[in-house]
Parts: sequence; C-alpha cells; structure tokens
Amino acid sequence: MAVVFQKPHSLIDVPLHYCPGCTHGIVHRLVAEVIDELGIEGRTIGIAPVGCSVMAYDYFNCDMIEAAHGRAPAVATGVKRSDPENNVVFTYQGDGDLASIGMAETVHAAARNENITVIFINNAIYGMTGGQMAPTSLPGQVTQTSPYGRDVNHCGYPVKVCEMLSELEGPEYLERVTVNNVKQVRNAKKAIKKAFQNQLDGKGFSLVEVISSCPTNWGMTPQAALKWIDEKMIPYYPLGCYKDRSAEKEAE
Amino acid sequence: MADKVLMKGNEAIAEAAIIAGCRHYFGYPITPQTEVAAYMAKKMPKIGGCFLQAESEIAAINMVYGVSSTGKRVMTSSSSPGISLKSEGLSYLAGADLPALVVNVQRGGPGLGGIQPSQSDYFQATRGGGHGDFHMIVLAPASVQEMAELTVKGFELADTYRMTSMILADGTMGQMMEPVSLDFDIKEAPEKPWATTGTKMQREHNIVNSLYLSPEKLEETNFERYEKYKYIEENEAMYEEYMVEDADIVVAAFGIAARVSKNAVNEARSRGIKVGLIRPITLWPFPTLPFKKAAEHAKQFISVELSMGQMIEDVKLATDCKVPVTLCNRVGGMIPSPEQVLEAIMEADGGVK
Repeated sequence: MAVVFQKPHSLIDVPLHYCPGCTHGIVHRLVAEVIDELGIEGRTIGIAPVGCSVMAYDYFNCDMIEAAHGRAPAVATGVKRSDPENNVVFTYQGDGDLASIGMAETVHAAARNENITVIFINNAIYGMTGGQMAPTSLPGQVTQTSPYGRDVNHCGYPVKVCEMLSELEGPEYLERVTVNNVKQVRNAKKAIKKAFQNQLDGKGFSLVEVISSCPTNWGMTPQAALKWIDEKMIPYYPLGCYKDRSAEKEAE
Repeated sequence: MADKVLMKGNEAIAEAAIIAGCRHYFGYPITPQTEVAAYMAKKMPKIGGCFLQAESEIAAINMVYGVSSTGKRVMTSSSSPGISLKSEGLSYLAGADLPALVVNVQRGGPGLGGIQPSQSDYFQATRGGGHGDFHMIVLAPASVQEMAELTVKGFELADTYRMTSMILADGTMGQMMEPVSLDFDIKEAPEKPWATTGTKMQREHNIVNSLYLSPEKLEETNFERYEKYKYIEENEAMYEEYMVEDADIVVAAFGIAARVSKNAVNEARSRGIKVGLIRPITLWPFPTLPFKKAAEHAKQFISVELSMGQMIEDVKLATDCKVPVTLCNRVGGMIPSPEQVLEAIMEADGGVK
C-alpha cells in the first residue's frame, strides 16, 4: 500500500507540550518535513531558544543544543564555524528571544551573513512566562505587563524584524509568512525550505519570520486567534519577502 | 631542548593554545588582553583556524559554547569587566558540562575600574563565576612560561573533566615579555561521544542542555558534578613551595604577587628570618595540603594579594584558622613592592618572637 501521509522522520513521535491551538506544532512539522526532504537530518544541528519552544530539543531528531536566552545565533555561529562544509545549523526562536534579549546576536549574525537558518516565531507575546508584553506586541495590546494596553508613549513601538534587518547589507534572505490557513502553511513551507536550501548553497543568513498565534495568552479560542492574525497582526506585520539577495542579483 | 623565544604573556597564551590544537577563538577587544585576539587574528586564517571578533563578550562566550558543543577545542579571552559579561555563558557551559578555555587578564575594579593589573576577580573565578552551583578549574600563572604551559594544561583539564578552565592572569603577566619555551608534548583529546556533530543517521540524537524541569533530576546532576569536583580537588591541585619546610612565617601569594613575595622572602632569609612561600598554581582546586602542613610549624601566614583580601579566606579555611593570617595588599592597579612585603614579614617576625 502506498504511504500518502506520515510523520516526518526528523520529528520525534512524542506528544508536544504546546497549548491547544498553538502554531508551534505546525512550524515544527514544516521544519522537520524540509529537513527530511533535503535529506539533511544526519548533519543538521538545531539550536533551541528560551521560551515556549525551549524543549524543541526533545522534538527534533537531529542533534540539538539548548542555548541561553537570546544567544542562539551566537551559539549557531560557533557550531557552523566548527565545520562549515558539513554542518547544517538552524535556530528556532521566539520574539522575546530573538527581538528583545537577543537583538544584538540577531542583528550581528545577519550583518555577518552567517550561513545559518533562523526560524523566528512572532506571536506578539511572551508565552512561557505567562503572557507578558513582547517586543512585537501590538500598540494597544493587552498583556500581563501592559494591562491597560501597550502604550507606545510609555514603552515605544513594536520591532519589525524583517523590515529592520532588510536595511543591512549582510543577510541573504528575509521572509515573513504565517500559518493560519492551509494556503499560508504551504507558503510558509516554501520559505522555510528556501531558507535551508540557501544554507546548503552557501548563500548565507536566511530568516523566516512566522506570524503565529497564542490563544492561551491572547485569551482567545484557537479559531479566534487565527482570525486575529488576519485582522490585527498581518496589517502591522505585512507578509512577504523582504530580502532575497540572490534573486535581486539575478534580476540586475 | 627547543630554543626559547621572547614573547609577551598574552601572545604566549595564544601561541600555546594553537599548539594545543585550538582552532577557534572568539573575543572582544578589552585592555589589557587584546594581544591575544590580535595574535589569533593574524595566525588563525593561516592555519585553517577561525578567529572571529564577536559583537560582545556575551556573544563570544556563546560562540565558544557552540564550538565546544561540537567537541572541538575552543577559547575566549577577556579582562575583568568582560568576564562579568561572560558569566552567563560560564554558567551555561557548566550546566551543559562543556569544556572550554577562558582567559581573564585581570584589571582593577569594580565597575570599569582601571586598566592596570589586579587580582580582585579571585572570588568571581574560584567561587564559580556565575549563577548556580559550579566551579571552574582556575589556573594562576606567575611567568610568561607558565602562561603558555597552563594554557596547554587548561585545555587538557577542560577536556578530561568536561568543564571550563580559566587562566586567571593579571595585566602584568599579560603585558610583560620573557623568554619562553614552546616545546610541549600535547596529549590527544579524549573521545567526545556526547558532541553534537550531526547524527549521520547512525546514532540517537545528542542534546547539549542545561535545563532540567524535574527538581529530582536537576539535583542529581548537581550531585554528580560535585562528585567530579571532589575528585578534582583530591587530584589536580598544583602549587609551588619555597623554603617552607622550616618556616615560622609563610607567605601565600599567586601570580605577580608571588614573584614580588619571593624577592621579599629571599631578603628576609638573608636577614635570618625563617620565612617561606606557598604559591598556589591552581586557585580552584585550592591546594589545601601544603597549607595544612605548614600550619603545623608556622606561627603566622601572610596573604599577599592585589585585592582587598580574597584568597586570604581560602588560606584561613585551609589552615582551619589555627594560625593567624594577615593581609598585605595593594589594589586598584597598584602592586605591592618587595619592601612592603618585607615589612609585613618583619612585622610578623616581631610578633612571632
């Protein structure tokens, strides 16, 4: 009998700890499918962040490293530089990890065009610690530490990571996707695959920002959370490719 | 016997690291250790190694964490304020049982402090150097030759025990030039089956991690680590004894303070004072044995330090406070003169009689 659907080999068959309706599970699966399709599981080393996906090391079948909060791109730099010809290195980071405490590591890994793949989960909130304001929380967004809504006069504006990094000469590829419907999931997978393929081709720093949902800490049902992505998140964080240096060069 | 070359202490560390097989260095400029980075920047590209100037001390130690995870010899170096920034990474390296070599060429503190020599990071280095229960092996060179030797030794100990070795030097050791022999017998690094080098689809995945949400499991990892530390305390302490055998007065000093003290001890001996010197070479594990032995005949200890008195606590602990220990010190980048140490010895001698 032909197998038409199965779990990716590079995703370990264990229950994930994520909340119902959280999109981490989808993104984990996409990353694993890409690793399978590219046949790189045996030489891939993943770097888990601090945050909801801290235990990603228990889910991916490839070698895994747990990094300090925000330091995944620096750890990935070390791993990549230890064996640049063979290693495939990816980080998997949330918004607090990548865009707040680890901003310096993110920006400089991008500026160096470090040949790594970065999967960036932007759900506009700190999930693991129970729903505090993130660097990407929207203006007016109510969180545990912005109980009256994010007041931009008091704590400033959200960080638009793809837009910001696209101003740098360094990075190869920056794309923002989401996973709130089937079509978007397919697009997200394409972007993730490209981000890994770029590394295999030696092209350099490739980051895919995935606009994700956090029904638990947004205080919504999973369905309402997916809708909120369309209504609130995407207008502020427009989807699309922010930089594709190789494509730009070809076009010239 | 190989020829000796005239080198700066910082350069000796860098060259010895390369000889020891280190091909990855990450660092950030800070006086008075920048020559290590400069040397690596020049040499590494020519021998297929990797020198990378990190965006911060924090990034540098995490790059070290990354390379170490893959099982390769790796190092970083800095000076006091930079080591504070690295302390997060030092704790993670300890929690994940990763080997690394970290060099601290100390300068005066606290805060930005100054750029002159100091030993005031003794507590920070010997008590762990970050959050949580852990230790680093702390090596204190007192010559350019030892800067090189202890670098090699540091890599070997780090690999053997899967932990960080720290070279705790000071600005004087880093900056001064002396003839040094670089003729080392390099032992092969042990197998590292735990390294995250890719599964090659031939084994279960390896995980480098310091997170244990189960308190029972976390406690167990701490207990195991401290078993290892106990073994190291019993087996790896290094020290130099100088005229201690018949000494009434024993000077305790490491690094540059020990060199100054040796001059004072010689001068005091020529004046008929029975004084000796114990120079700890490992600060952790602290060499308690020679102190215990000396406490049986000595009537006073003097701890000579470039700090407000940090090692003095270990001297008191090692001797169970059986014998009075006084402090002879300068701080802020100042170095005690042989005359100052001699005076402290003479004073003790007055008390001893």
